[in-house]
Amino acid sequence: MDTFVQLYDGFAVALSWQNLLLALAGCFLGTMMGALPGLGPANGVAILIPLAFTLGLDAVAALILLTSVYYGAMYGGRISSILLNIPGDEPAMMTCLDGYPMAQAGRAGEALALSGVASFVGAFFATWGLVFLAPLLVQIALLFGPGEYFVLYTLAFATLGGIAASNQAKSAFAAALGIAIAMIGVDTQTGVQRFTFGEVHLYDGIDFLIAIVGLFALSEVFVFLENRGSHEGGKDSGKMKIGRVTPSFKLLRYCTPTMIRSTVLGFISGVLPGAGASLGSFLAYSVEKQVSDPRSETFGKGDPRGVAAPEAGNNAASGGALVPMLALGVPGSGTTAVLLAVLLTLNIQPGPLLFQNNPDVVWGLIAALFIGNFMLLALNIPMVGLFTRVLLVPTHILMPIVAMIAFIGIYSITGSTFELSMMVGFGALGWVLRKLDVPLVPIILGILLGNEMEVNLRRAMTISNGEWTALFDSWLAITLWTIAIVGFVLPIFLGKRVKKKMKQAEEEGPLSD
Amino acid sequence: MKMLTGGVLAALMTASLPFAASAQEFTPDQPECIAPAAAGGGWDFTCRQVARVMRETGLIDGSMRVQNLSGGGGGVAYAEVVNKRNDEDDLIVAASTATATRLAQGAFPGNTMDQVRWLGTIGADYGVIGVRPDSEYESLEDLMTALAEDPRQISIGGGSATGGWDHLKVLMTAQEAGIEDLRAIKYIAFAGGGEAISQLLAGSLQAYTGDLSEGMGFVESGDLRILAVLAPERLDGEFSEFPTAAEQGYDVVGANWRGFYAPGDMSDEAYDWWVSQLDTMYASDAWKEVMENNGLADLDMHGEEFAEFVAGSVSDIEQISRDIGLVQ
Repeated sequence: MDTFVQLYDGFAVALSWQNLLLALAGCFLGTMMGALPGLGPANGVAILIPLAFTLGLDAVAALILLTSVYYGAMYGGRISSILLNIPGDEPAMMTCLDGYPMAQAGRAGEALALSGVASFVGAFFATWGLVFLAPLLVQIALLFGPGEYFVLYTLAFATLGGIAASNQAKSAFAAALGIAIAMIGVDTQTGVQRFTFGEVHLYDGIDFLIAIVGLFALSEVFVFLENRGSHEGGKDSGKMKIGRVTPSFKLLRYCTPTMIRSTVLGFISGVLPGAGASLGSFLAYSVEKQVSDPRSETFGKGDPRGVAAPEAGNNAASGGALVPMLALGVPGSGTTAVLLAVLLTLNIQPGPLLFQNNPDVVWGLIAALFIGNFMLLALNIPMVGLFTRVLLVPTHILMPIVAMIAFIGIYSITGSTFELSMMVGFGALGWVLRKLDVPLVPIILGILLGNEMEVNLRRAMTISNGEWTALFDSWLAITLWTIAIVGFVLPIFLGKRVKKKMKQAEEEGPLSD
Repeated sequence: MKMLTGGVLAALMTASLPFAASAQEFTPDQPECIAPAAAGGGWDFTCRQVARVMRETGLIDGSMRVQNLSGGGGGVAYAEVVNKRNDEDDLIVAASTATATRLAQGAFPGNTMDQVRWLGTIGADYGVIGVRPDSEYESLEDLMTALAEDPRQISIGGGSATGGWDHLKVLMTAQEAGIEDLRAIKYIAFAGGGEAISQLLAGSLQAYTGDLSEGMGFVESGDLRILAVLAPERLDGEFSEFPTAAEQGYDVVGANWRGFYAPGDMSDEAYDWWVSQLDTMYASDAWKEVMENNGLADLDMHGEEFAEFVAGSVSDIEQISRDIGLVQ
């Protein structure tokens, strides 16, 4: 009951005109930033920090503005994934897989609206999770030692086979390429430089945003440049249908189990420090695929559940990531790392004592999250029609804009031209890989998760003095290993059965209809 | 030569101080602070807080622009300043012990500490070594004795990379305790102090090395016990309960200072102006509040004194990095 009283007080703080306006502005700006490729939630929040200080906002107001931007960006990331096949931020990557095919099939409006609802469900329940489970979840996060983290990341890679339906070998190659790229930079466990060739820009490794924007956005531009002569650029744009802009009740009910599963998974990934929203949307998608479509019949071809799962997952993760940030002072994702810095600058010390020392800040923030969620839902559903107009922009106008946004986005983060050339390099790489039909998503996963996987393995090994048994000596580790093995083996057998069925179907011919 | 003219100029200026008000010696047109890391880190904090306090106290007309120039652990910004912006008068760059560490270990390729002008500090965060409250190690001596007997039993975690500042603090203490094989000490690097503390709580680590400000919240919640703070003498206020390493017989001081450097060819007028503005800011109440709220302890060094301090710490760090084989 105590919790509700505190939450009520929180609403009293959040429901002032100033704070409501800030939340609205934050939600709108966040959605826009999330939609722009390159500018993700972390940069969005970072860019607005000076604004919060210049306006002279107090701690609660500043946090409300910035977390609204955070949630807004998590909503907005899906827009360009669905419409352009370019993820607006890294967690929205998985939404491309089924969102873009849906848009191509003339269901862009539906995909946007459905993903908006899924985002809302994920974020809304994650916020409730934050209210009730924060103290408890901190205890769970403490069960994860380096060994358990290693197994968790292994699990993510093991289930990769479930994602890439077409060619397992090519996706394995892509993942390996991603992990190789992740190795660049100073190795924190020894202080030794790896693959930097004495180039100081490479010491910190390659920012995955550069890789994402290059591989997805720029390679798209290159493909367009290549095809311009033959296609005249007009074929796909003008005729693309938008479809209905509200999801039918039937579709929502159809996707409800998906959203529930994904919310739970996403929230848990968010709570784990360092894992974050990308792992949340990834796990949500791959588990959903194993559960509802183990034979790879509809996923990747525009299955609405493939849109709902990652969106519910990544928005739930963004709520979950606030748990370790507020309760432990440990950021669970890139964006919460920036928010943590804001808290410190505002003289608020996150950590075990925050809930006691600054209850007004915590509960005001949580109330603002609830309000922001409803605002985002209200903003996003009517605006679907507006967003989809993007599709009506002719490609020969859209593509230069994409290129421009990519350059501005990356330069605004890094402030250096070296990264711009690197991004162009990734664009060229993406173009080549597309020609070879190598999937791009595993590369990004390799870059995102490869480093963490390696670092945690080595931490575990150092702590155990090189005893490999350290990776199996807790029930949690063994459970995770079991899931990883099942997730890896199952698609192989199921895949064989599917092929058999397909053969049978071919032989039976029209009778199977 | 430069130092000589600087001294003469400074002397002239002090002499003509009563008239200085009418003939303003130097004011920056577009003051700019480079934070050599992405938004949210310690350097970013340094730039933004100083920019805010300087604006509020009127030490700067208008506002100071903060630019994030990340990469290479500060090396990208260092190279940019040395190669391209070496003669600018309006520019300062945030730095800390990490900057000195990397310079000492040659991690900024082709760059050395004497290529820039060191302005001054804005405070320091003293190092701490801590354990879980239920740990068998009751004092720094317990921990050091156990480390000397069998380093394989103890994993120490911190928020910097191997060879970084958090690691060096343990090594300096161990060296002082007479432990010969520094390389046998197991240091586990994490992405930040908070992450290391949660692994301490999770039971993966036996000890934690970090800065006082990042450990304070956990001390108050009863999750961390500080064995020693690496300050020259006991700190003020609520921090006074922590024993120093020195009073336990280990003569180690580990101050993670925060401060600024300026381009190498900055004019002496500009250099003196920045030094004096930083000095004034440091003495202000607004800055005292920032320091208190962020766990920054007193460390006030400016101008030549600071440059000598950095030179000294660079050579110390170089020596210990050589001892553990990080620098050949």
